[in-house]
Parts: sequence; C-alpha cells; structure tokens
Amino acid sequence: MGIGFIYPEFEVIRNEARCIGCRICVRECANGVHSFDEKSGRLLIDETKCVNCQRCVSVCPTRSLKIVKSGCVFRENANWDTGTIKEVFLQANTGGVLLSSMGNPKPFPVYWDRILINASQVTNPSIDPLREPMETRVFLGKKPSDLRRDASGRLEYNLEPQLELSMPVMFSAMSYGSISYNAHESLAKAARELGIYYNTGEGGLHEDFYAYGENTIVQVASGRFGVYEGYLNAGAASEIKMGQGAKPGIGGHLPGTKVGADISRTRMIPEGSDAISPAPHHDIYSIEDLRQLVYSLKEATRYRKPVIVKVASVHNIAAIASGVARSGADIIAIDGFRGGTGAAPTRIRDNVGIPIEMALAAVDQRLRDEGIRNQVSLVVSGSIRSSADVVKAIALGADACYIGTAALLALGCHLCRSCQTGRCNWGIATQRPDLVARLDPQEGSRRLVNLLTAWKREIKEMMGGMGINSIEALRGNRLMLRGIGLTEKELEILGLKAAGE
Amino acid sequence: MKLYEGQIRIPSGCAISAVISTGGERMTGKTIIESMKPMHDRSNGLGGGFAGYGIYPEYQDFFALHIFFTDEESRVRCESYLRSTLEIVRSETIPTRTIPEIVDEPLIWRYFVTPLRSVLSSMQVDEREFIARVVMKINTDLSGSYVFSSGKNMGVFKAVGYPEDVGRFYRLEEYEAYCWTAHGRYPTNTPGWWGGAHPFALLDYTIVHNGEISSYDANRRYIEMFGYKCTLQTDTEVIAYIADFLLRKQGLRPEELANVIAAPFWDTIDRKAPEERERLSYLRTVFPSLLITGPFSIILGFEGGLMALNDRLKLRSMVVGEKGDRVYIASEEAAIRVMEPEPDRIWAPAGGEPVIVRVKEGMY
Amino acid sequence: MVHMDAAGIDHAALNEWIRQQEGEVLLTGCCGQRFLAAGMDHRSIRVTGIPGNALGAYLNGARVEVMGNAQDAVGDTMNAGEIIIHGDVGDTAGYAMRGGEIYVEGSAGYRAGIHVKAYENKLPVIVIGGRAGSFLGEYQAGGIILVLGLHTDGKPIVSNFPCTGMHGGKLFLRSKCESILFPKQVSARPASREDLAEIEPYLNKYARLFGADAAALLDSPYTVVTPDSANPYRQMYVAY
Repeated sequence: MGIGFIYPEFEVIRNEARCIGCRICVRECANGVHSFDEKSGRLLIDETKCVNCQRCVSVCPTRSLKIVKSGCVFRENANWDTGTIKEVFLQANTGGVLLSSMGNPKPFPVYWDRILINASQVTNPSIDPLREPMETRVFLGKKPSDLRRDASGRLEYNLEPQLELSMPVMFSAMSYGSISYNAHESLAKAARELGIYYNTGEGGLHEDFYAYGENTIVQVASGRFGVYEGYLNAGAASEIKMGQGAKPGIGGHLPGTKVGADISRTRMIPEGSDAISPAPHHDIYSIEDLRQLVYSLKEATRYRKPVIVKVASVHNIAAIASGVARSGADIIAIDGFRGGTGAAPTRIRDNVGIPIEMALAAVDQRLRDEGIRNQVSLVVSGSIRSSADVVKAIALGADACYIGTAALLALGCHLCRSCQTGRCNWGIATQRPDLVARLDPQEGSRRLVNLLTAWKREIKEMMGGMGINSIEALRGNRLMLRGIGLTEKELEILGLKAAGE
Repeated sequence: MKLYEGQIRIPSGCAISAVISTGGERMTGKTIIESMKPMHDRSNGLGGGFAGYGIYPEYQDFFALHIFFTDEESRVRCESYLRSTLEIVRSETIPTRTIPEIVDEPLIWRYFVTPLRSVLSSMQVDEREFIARVVMKINTDLSGSYVFSSGKNMGVFKAVGYPEDVGRFYRLEEYEAYCWTAHGRYPTNTPGWWGGAHPFALLDYTIVHNGEISSYDANRRYIEMFGYKCTLQTDTEVIAYIADFLLRKQGLRPEELANVIAAPFWDTIDRKAPEERERLSYLRTVFPSLLITGPFSIILGFEGGLMALNDRLKLRSMVVGEKGDRVYIASEEAAIRVMEPEPDRIWAPAGGEPVIVRVKEGMY
Repeated sequence: MVHMDAAGIDHAALNEWIRQQEGEVLLTGCCGQRFLAAGMDHRSIRVTGIPGNALGAYLNGARVEVMGNAQDAVGDTMNAGEIIIHGDVGDTAGYAMRGGEIYVEGSAGYRAGIHVKAYENKLPVIVIGGRAGSFLGEYQAGGIILVLGLHTDGKPIVSNFPCTGMHGGKLFLRSKCESILFPKQVSARPASREDLAEIEPYLNKYARLFGADAAALLDSPYTVVTPDSANPYRQMYVAY
C-alpha cells in the first residue's frame, strides 16, 4: 500500500444468495484469489491476484461468481489512459521490463474486418457444398517451373517434397514448455484426425509424440533445443524459426522454473536451467547464411522433407520473403504482429511489426512480380480468428493459415494473457501437474476437431457461394474480395477494389 | 463514358460452335455462319467472331497479324514498330462488306510477317516466343492498336454484332478452312469494343468460350508471372494464355492441358489405377493455380486440331456430332443439325473430359 | 580406407556416397562443399582440402578429421561424435552443440562454442589449441570449452566479450586472464586441482592428436569461468 499501490483491474463478485460454500473456487484458482477463512467460516476474495481467466466462474456449480471491471478509476484522460498510468507505476515500483503474453491487444485496425467476400448471382452459379463436391485439399511446397519428359515422352514427376493438408489450416508453433504436455497431446491427436499438422515450437519433441510424426512439423529455432538427427527425421517437415509476430527481433526465454524433468528431456537441457533462444540464429547473419541452414536441414533429412522458414511480418517483409524464397525454403510462414506468445516484452508485442493482411498482400504480389510465387508456399498467421479470416487470407494469396490462439481458445484458454505466470488454471500454459491434469487430451482434441470441422464447413459454404469448388481456385483470387472503409493506399497495398467498384 | 474491356471486368454468357475435317478438307465459312443462327438468342449482339485454320496457304510460312487500329495515326505508329522487328511481306486491309448491322468499324488490317533473323538471334528466343512478345508489347503499350490474330495460316475475324452478321461482314464465304470455330457473345455490360469479342487468340491458339469462370483472378495472377498481360480482363483471354503457357511453353499435350484446367476431383484421382493417379496428382499439384472453376465450355483451336472441354461439373451445355471425317461441336444440338442434318453419332461429353480432334498428319 | 576425389562433386552427392560406404572414408580435394557428414553416425571420414561451412552439422556419432583448416559453423548443433581439425576454424564452431567433442589444433574465430549445452550423459567438449575470437562461449549452457593459448601471435588468449549470457557449463583458459574482462554474471577464478583433473583427459587427447606435450600443457596456470546462476535473467522482467 502507499505510493506503490495499484488498484486491481478486476472485481470478483460473489452472489452470496446463490453460493453454497462448496469451495470449488478455492481449489480451482491457482492464483489464490479465493480462500476459506477457517475462523470466520467465510469464503474470501483477494482480487489483487485475479487475472480474469474465468476458471472460477466456469466451474461454480451455482453460477454465483462473476468478474467485472473494477470501478476504481483515475481521472479521465484520453492521453494518459488507465493502463498507461499503471504501467508507469509498475515500472517505477520494480525497475523491470514489462512482460506479457498472447497477442497485441491494442486497438489497431483489423483489416480482415474491412474486407468483404463475394458471392455469385446470375452470371455464374453458386454451388451447394452439402450436395456437390467441394475441395479443400492443399499441397504445400515448391512447384517445379519446368516440366520434363523422359525418352518415351512420359512426364518426369520432378516434384519436391510436399505437405498434404485436408484443409488450409494448421496449428502453429507452440513449444512444450510454453504449453503443457496435455495441450500438446490434444494438438497432436487433433492434427492426425484432421489430416493436418501441428508444430512442436522450439522446445523439442516429447518422446511420446514421435508417434504423431507424420502430422508434426518440427521447429528449429536459435536455441536448437532438442534438435538432433532423429528429431529432424521424425517430423513431416522442419521449420526454421527466424522470428515470431508477437516479438519480432526478440529471442525466447523459458525460465528455469518451468524446466522440469520432462521438459528437460524434451529440450535436452539440464533441469532447472534457463532455456534461452538468442535473438538471431548465430549461424545466420545474412541471407546467404539462411540458405546454409535450409540446406543443412535438407541434407540431414536426405531431401525428403520440406523446409519452412518462419518470419515475423516486419516493414520490409516483401523483400525479405523474396530473399527467403530464393534461399531454398519450400514454404514461408509469415506471422503477423497480432500473433500470440507465451511471453513477450510488452513494448515489443504492442509496437513492433505490421499487420499480417498487409504483409501477406505485399509478399504474394512481390513473389508474383518476380515470377517465383510457384516456387514457395505461403502460410500466414497472427491472427486468424475464424473461417472467414481463412477465406480472406487464401483469396489474398496465402496457401494456408496457422492458428495458435484460436486453437488455445478451443482448449479452454480465456485470453487472460497471463501465460508467463505458469499458473494457467485451464491446464494449457502451465507445467504444474495438478493444473495440467485439468486439460483432458481426449476432450481437448475433440474440441479442436470440432472447431476445424466447423470451419471447414464454413469455408466450403463461402467457396460455394462464390461458385468455386476447389480451394486452389480461391488462392490469390483477389477479385473475390472488396475493401470497405479503407484508404486508396490501403486498397492498393491489399490489391483490392473498394466495395461497389 | 463507356467502359471497355480492360477497364472493367465484364462477365458474359455465349454460344459456341465448331467444325473440323480430319481429312483436312477445306470448307468455306458459310456453314459455320449458318450454325450460329439457331443459337441467336444465346448472343445479344455485343460480339461475334470466327477463327479459320488453313485459310492462308499461300502465306503459310508467315505469321498473319490481324490488327484493329482506332485511327490512322495509331496505324502509322504501329507499322513503324512492326518494321523495326519484323519483315513484312504483305500488308493490306482485311476485305469487309458494308452492312447496316455492323457499324463503328475500326481500321482492320492484316500483315504477313516473319521475325528479322538478326533480332531473333540476339534475343535468344524462337520465332513463336518472339511473335508472342511482339503481340503482348503492341497490346499493352501501343494504345490504339490491337492485335487480335497472330498465327500462321489461320486467322480470327471478330466484331461487335451478332455472329451471323459478323461472318457476312468479313466475307467469310470467301475463305476456305479445314477447321472453323465461332462465337456469339452475351456480355452483361454494354461495351462496344471489337477486341473484346471472341475468339481470343495468341499465335495459332484460339479460344471460344461460354460461361463465367470463378477462378479468374487466381488464374490471371498466376499466368501474369510468365510474361502475359491480361489487358482485357476477360475469361477467354486468360484461358488462351493458359493454353499457350501449358502447350507451347511447358510442352503439355492437349489432354494434359485438360487434366490441369479441368482437373478431376481428388476423390476421383484417388480411385484411379496407380500410374494414372500419379500422373493426375502430379499435374494437379504442379499447377494448382491453373485449375479453372465455375461454368465453362471452351473450344481451343490450334494448328491441325481442336479440343473441346467442359468444366468438371458440366455447368455449360456442349454437344459433339460426327459424320464421315467431320466433327461438329456446339453449345446446342440444333447448331450441329444445321451443319449436318444426319450425323452418324451425336453425344454430350462429360464434364472435364476433353474431346480432341486432330487432322491427319500431312493433311493440313 | 575407401577414397573419393571430391573435386567438382556437390555436397549432396558426396554425402550420399559417404552413406553408402562401409568403414573409413577418405575425401581428398574438397573445396567448399558444405554439410559434409551432416547427421551421420558411427563412421569415420577423413578430409583433405577445405571443407565447406557447417561441416558435421547435426553430427550424430561419426568421426570427422580434417587435415587442414575448416570454415564456419563446424559441428553446428552436433549431438555426438568427434571432429578433429588439423588447423584453424572459422566462426561459430560448435554452435548449439549438445554432445561429442571438437578438437581444433589452431585457433577459432568469433563465437566459438556459442550456446553449447549439456544433457544427461552428454557433455560437449571443445578444445581450441590456439586462441579464440570475441564472444567465446556466448550463451554457454553446459559442457566444457577449453582454450590452450598455444601460438597466439602475441595476442590475448581470447578477444572481447567472452562468456556473455553464459548460464551453464565451464570454460577453461590456459592463462591467468589478468587483462580479460568477463561479464558480471560469471565468476572467473584460478583452476583448482579438481578442475584440472576434469580437463586432463582432453588435454591428453589434444596432445596425442596433435603431438603436443601433455605434461607441459597441464603444468600451467588455468582460469576457470562458471556462471553464477542458471537463471541470469530472472530479475529483469516484471509480468503483469
């Protein structure tokens, strides 16, 4: 209390008339918001510890709890808003670099919401996806530029390794360590059932999950955790992580407190040791070095697996992507500035990078201008929130999307943005066994399968409306989109006409 | 202000028709013109055209450029460009007949040309690629000039009007071809530019097409990577470029072209015998952006043959008839009956199944 | 020993050939072919000429011996095995190495031993006979880096900023290191008898490989550097 006091952001309200004193809230809150006072026999609430993860609200059998914004306000100020003032207080209190999680929450424009999708009327027919074939199968990887025939005139099937997806959505990189074993198992199971891929992130591949290798993308980041020959060959593809949308230009840091026995085995580092991913790959200081790492991975996997290079969407992304495309990458993954993370310096998360919509449009166009779009597939992320975002991304020019936050929401995440505490009440962003156990991998994978099955249906509905019966014919089909409320310049970058044009 | 093709995208419905003699026998344009009459209501008077193959035997070693000019000044400018890169062995206006149904005609010229050897060798390209680039250059950069036909021993004739009138206007009864294709247009807008009519042609490839494709921009943005410029924003144009790219540049065969642009559904491919499955998967995986979706029936003409193809869902009608060495193709059976009242065989090909007809070797 | 003249053959073909051989392999006339022996296990490869970057990347148990210098990223993300260089190495030797041993007769460039780790019974060891460039042992998380300072041309045994971000393992320098500036989060002290016992087998091996006097090498002052904490950055952040 005193000069360092910061009033809690939330108020937890208990409807005493409904509460039956079962104390489930006490057991369920790992943050210690709820407690039972033996002396008074009353349930107490300490809202200073509340992160608004909604766990207690969700599990209360009598709906007697709710969380609201606390009413204690500073004097209104359009420039110095409450959040900004509190951050200054916090830094004055601690001297610390602000750290937060999940995606950029600031009110930047979401261009997906300013793009509208077309439908057929009269001049060509819409298609009913329930009764007519509607294809969402996608192949990611390099497509040859020249066909060859053998002496007998037969085509030579000179195709480089491809990833086959039943629909253009994959689970993005989330490491074991940043999320739990059960979360990983849910993703792996769901990926297999859906015929898509999940991504190990930079934390290695747990021995139990080698069984899901065919549906696994193994990541190689600057820390090279858990990376060895067996790991590279266990996956369907390897992904070099150059950057992440939530924190472009920043490395990663899994605190030693989260490196327990299991994670230590998976990352192949000692227990309790910090897992530090340097900001750059120290064998890549220039574009030609990227080629070296790409080909070292291809060499280690005998040219049987495609290599993905993941980059954050930054200002010069079109030129960067074009360089990456010429460096042997089979697939480029671009992560937008609204992408999620288990922990990022707040200032970086909220102020660095550009929206994925702009990055995608610019990259797709640049690769076409240079005549190399077919030499590389584009996967975009950060953030894809719905099937409509997927359709818009494909029409802008993406081959597929990665989803992270949406997948976590399906697993129970309520976007409280407190992953870095390691006390995730939903068993996702935590390594505490009692919390991890709350996420049932069967249930988790079922919910993920539900989510993407629903999205697939919606994607087909939208495609059918446009009279398109294969996702290939939607990719880069920008005439199927119109912009609304956008400036001339924004329309130009997105390569879209305005609504009504 | 009128908006022309190229300034906006104009979807259109249509009628198509074709006749080919596999024995290479020459037919005047009279029959094909007649075939369009029963399909009159499939056009709306805003475009008609024909392509004839084998019509310039005396100039068969030269590319025949058919060009529209808006005015004399454009012609002079364009001819000066042509002379700088090509040898012109003959130039003339294309003979037409003045009829009340066809008005506002531009200047319509044809040039029989061959690339200058010196230019060809310095650019390290073959003569077909060279001519394709010349056409692309004129149509993109020289306003007021538009090349609408550029193959050897063949020619496209098109105009704003109903197809039967366009045929009469160009005096097609005076030409003899072993293969004719025809088109009547039903655009949704009211532009009046002659270049927007069909057939659309590049080198000896011509396309007549019925339907509005839904994959247009995906196809366009892919094909433009390879030096093509879709200046008209029409489906026919992009399909013609795809045909040129896959047949000429990538060396695919017509049936393989069909396997790309009207690829079978994956479910169908997965059920094929292993060898065929591998072939179809390969083509579909290599050229995903050239899959054409939405309704279409097209007739692709090329030197020595043609290919007729429906979209894979068969959203447009197309009928094929046979009699002796003749093969007839049209949007409606009635058109075929006009050309041949008693065909030996008449059938409607399945969606995505190409009908490829070739003139016997040495007969064209 | 099977022999192959590597001149004019690309790295993919060379590696494929190596994989098909039984027993020891000799590659002569290498000139810049990258990724030699990448990911390979239990086999022995001797190289003459100048192998390209990322020699022995992801090495998984094989033995690679180069009869001269090697370029950048030797043993990148190496898991097990042995790389012996009869000469100097370029930058980032042993990057993210988790296990196995690298012996360099001469000197190493920048960032040798960056982010070397250790795990269970895996203890990566890098021995550099000459001197090391700047950022030696940056982010070191485990294992042993040993620099002997033989033939240093009068330059210090290590250039600037050694051990920045070090949070595990041990770094030995055969020097009193009086003029070397170490970062705050590590401790540098004279090596004890126990410390020396730890490195003695590697010194012996170095001497055996390159014909040095092991006893003389051991009988010198050594400085040993260790991190103060495995969690150096804990205090830097405030979560909210």
